[in-house]
Amino acid sequence: MRTCGATPGGPSLDGVDVTTQTIIQGVVLRDGDDGVPNGTPVGNAHVRLLDRDGEFTAELPTNGQGQFRFFAAPGTWTLVVQAPGARVEQAVDATKGIPTDLVISL
Amino acid sequence: MSRSTSLVSADWVAENINNPKVAIIEVDEDTALYEQGHIEGASTFHWRDDLQDGLIRDLVSKEKFEALLSKSGISNDTTVILYGGNNNWFATYAFWYFKIYGHQDVRLIDGGRKLWELKALPLVKEVPARASTRYVAKERDNSIRAYRDEVIAAIGNLNIVDVRSPAEFSGELAAPAHLPQEGGQVKGHIPTSKNIPWSKAANEDGTFKSDAELKDLYTGAGVDLAKDTIAYCRIGERSAFSWFVLHELLGVTNVKNYDGSWTEYGSLVGVPVAVGA
Repeated sequence: MRTCGATPGGPSLDGVDVTTQTIIQGVVLRDGDDGVPNGTPVGNAHVRLLDRDGEFTAELPTNGQGQFRFFAAPGTWTLVVQAPGARVEQAVDATKGIPTDLVISL
Repeated sequence: MSRSTSLVSADWVAENINNPKVAIIEVDEDTALYEQGHIEGASTFHWRDDLQDGLIRDLVSKEKFEALLSKSGISNDTTVILYGGNNNWFATYAFWYFKIYGHQDVRLIDGGRKLWELKALPLVKEVPARASTRYVAKERDNSIRAYRDEVIAAIGNLNIVDVRSPAEFSGELAAPAHLPQEGGQVKGHIPTSKNIPWSKAANEDGTFKSDAELKDLYTGAGVDLAKDTIAYCRIGERSAFSWFVLHELLGVTNVKNYDGSWTEYGSLVGVPVAVGA
């Protein structure tokens, strides 16, 4: 992965009280036009959070840097990421006070 | 009130972008989306800055709504096409709002911004300039808006549909999971309400399910559509989505959106609250 010195993952947690929140966040990447694996963030991918029963809980588009963040509750969740021509599912175990930070490849 | 008068496809929009009788408006929770790119010819309304009074908790006045539409170049006979992110939550809220003030021809893009993006249809950054008009709104139609006292009176008597996620209904979460967890003073739901999440009415690409599937969704959950129905969520936008499904797609006339929703009800003193599934 090309990181350009930045920590791969979701948006900065500066100013967020992580101790009181159960955060699931990350970045959505796809291979770059120049052939670099996972080289390009996917802006406006749609990230959907499903609960342990597979029920829809929330959805949001990634930002221009391909990042997203949910404020969930502790437990097991599933992320579904949709973008033109792509759909990826990923299971997540979330914990209060310890942000879960993901890199999702399309 | 049917699919043919309330809903248009993305393809229909693509063919009508330059139709002068049509005004396309994007309504988002996150207004940065519009600035990143929008459907050609679309202007934008901000759900809070343009559609909330700002001083008291209420819709904007008739005069402010008239000024907003006049400034946006919308006439009383304009076909208004709404769409937005978040599976059209705020676009359906704006649809309900246009109906509150009596606009004749307002429609929603099936699938909203998400389907447009998933189909990789073009988005532009140019902001359109429409000549201003003199829009005249009607008095508010309160037959589609519920207030707290009628919600309390409906407990055990009428259909109350809580369209939030199961985790919000049970009291596990206070708000949708993409937002910080704040909302009413307490968590839970209105007693005797049925939890039919708005999302069950939509396909994964954001389009609405078929009329037969939608009818089954409500009647299968025990909603007697012959009785009056009140829909609520946290701040009234997801319940506007479910109001749209019932009132516009299924043609059920006796449905109200409780836009005070859980942020009001969950902060009232002395009203009953239920928790758990």
